[in-house]
Amino acid sequence: MTNKPIIKVENLVKKFGNFVANDHLNFEVYEGEIFGFLGANGAGKTTAIRILCGLSTPTSGNLNVAGFDIYKQTELIKRNIGYMSQKFSLYENLTLKENIRFYAGIYGLSSKEINKRMDNLLETLKIGDLRDKLIGSLPLGWKQKLAFSVAIFHRPRIVFLDEPTGGVDPITRRQFWDLIYQAANDGITIFVTTHYMDEAEYCDRVSIMVDGRIEALDTPAGLKKTYKVSNMDEVFLKLARAS
Amino acid sequence: MKQFLGFIKKEFYHIFRDPRTLLVLFGIPVAQLLIFGYVVTTEVKNISVAILDRSKDDVTREITQKIIESDYFTLTQNLQSDTQIEEVFKTGNIKEVIVFEPNFAQKLGRDGTAQIQLIADASDANTANLIVNYTSAIISDYVQKQNKLQLMPMQIKPEVRMVFNESLQSVYMFVPGTMALILMLVSAMMTSISIAREKELGTMEILLVSPLKPAQIIIGKVIPYVALAFINAVTIIVLGNLIFGMPVNGSLTLLLAESLLFISLALSLGILISTIAKTQQVAMFISLFALMLPTIMLSGFIFPIENMPVVLQMISHIMPPKYFIIIIKNIMIKGTGFGFVWKETLVLIAMMMVFILLSVKKFKIRLQ
Repeated sequence: MTNKPIIKVENLVKKFGNFVANDHLNFEVYEGEIFGFLGANGAGKTTAIRILCGLSTPTSGNLNVAGFDIYKQTELIKRNIGYMSQKFSLYENLTLKENIRFYAGIYGLSSKEINKRMDNLLETLKIGDLRDKLIGSLPLGWKQKLAFSVAIFHRPRIVFLDEPTGGVDPITRRQFWDLIYQAANDGITIFVTTHYMDEAEYCDRVSIMVDGRIEALDTPAGLKKTYKVSNMDEVFLKLARAS
Repeated sequence: MKQFLGFIKKEFYHIFRDPRTLLVLFGIPVAQLLIFGYVVTTEVKNISVAILDRSKDDVTREITQKIIESDYFTLTQNLQSDTQIEEVFKTGNIKEVIVFEPNFAQKLGRDGTAQIQLIADASDANTANLIVNYTSAIISDYVQKQNKLQLMPMQIKPEVRMVFNESLQSVYMFVPGTMALILMLVSAMMTSISIAREKELGTMEILLVSPLKPAQIIIGKVIPYVALAFINAVTIIVLGNLIFGMPVNGSLTLLLAESLLFISLALSLGILISTIAKTQQVAMFISLFALMLPTIMLSGFIFPIENMPVVLQMISHIMPPKYFIIIIKNIMIKGTGFGFVWKETLVLIAMMMVFILLSVKKFKIRLQ
């Protein structure tokens, strides 16, 4: 982890009619870190993540992702990011191999490169026998892990994870975080939203959103110290109640 | 380009691995073609007729008057010669030509008998049958009333001729209709559902985050259905011909080109629906109610448009299948060339442009 910012957000505002979903957000994400983006449901996390991925345009503000301007260089940003939404995102009626080939294909990877990386991935996860299985027939935990592996298959510089562990059991969640650590070790910046506070502890730095504003941004240890509490759960409750 | 081909390949996997999709794509067209053999019988009203009066005497004028006074017919044109008959059938929406023989009143007075020829456009077999029966009834009613006043009984023999479909086969009606229906179903419904499915599953977001451009995504989703709908069109033409003896009197190339145009139109409509619908179910309901029912009820497929209340007639003018049915009936049955269907073709092209523009606009709004 360096202190070189890979995402720069200045005065991000997003309005839907009169409703202000993002109210002057300012933050930076450093290259190679695991950045936790926390907040209650409806606090504006998904809106912000969608803007950073180019799925939505901001009302105003200066944004820079992976060194590219979000207004003018959207196409370049898209080549350098990966995205996994809270909805599971592989095609159920395609096999694992076909899903990988499809997603890697739209990022322009050559067949040779795809095969090489696929063999690698299947070996690392020890799931060579799942190669020709339809995704629909796999258990949810596996689907989730595979969706993540596919999201970083084209080796993006940043991967955005929007509540990636929703609805899975604690063991799978732990395994999922092992994959996230692995990706971070490989130099991929992780931008992750969650509302599991134990997951917040795994992040390098955490921001907490309340009602469209960022109320706190620090390391988990720093936040606990500032608010004089013993865990992230209490940090979160203190901030949310204050509003 | 390679990215794009991979996309299309994936789309075909979806189609061929879903038994329900396959059933809708290939089972329903064949079933419907066979089922619609039994077309609903309908009533006629305000049918356009032309009259060729070679006699121009009191009796012919009186009979003409009787026919026009009935609610069933509207006199659209007075013809001067035989040669005009075929022309009015091809160009106008005239369904029947009534021909009085020369010296009609004179013959009637002298021999007690005269001839009327009723020529009907039988490309719509049901309607043709009804029109001819109604006309004959009006004439015989006139004769009966006259006979009460006169000593010498007279007789007027209507001689019936059907043009374009002499044996009055209803297949001529339902094959074009079924074709319009199937192409609409496959193209609009299947694309709108398949795009809505990506939205529902969340994969659409992943695609939009990828370097693929929105236009590429949409075109990639649509192309497989163009291919499949085109296969359907060919299947219907072949089956119609082999099983029901439906001819293709005009140019096959023109017929296929017009089918392709209609498919594209239906696809653009499907895309428009998918920009509105968030889930597959919504997409299906919109397709069913906004497309299927009007196609069956208001396109002239089963119920003659001339017969509808004015409001519904107006609505029928904005039904794309109506124009497609007119076009393919012209080509298949009357054997006419592009010169006779260019207007309808233009209407279809214009409609397609409107749908594409609307969906582009909608799509942009959604991305805000």
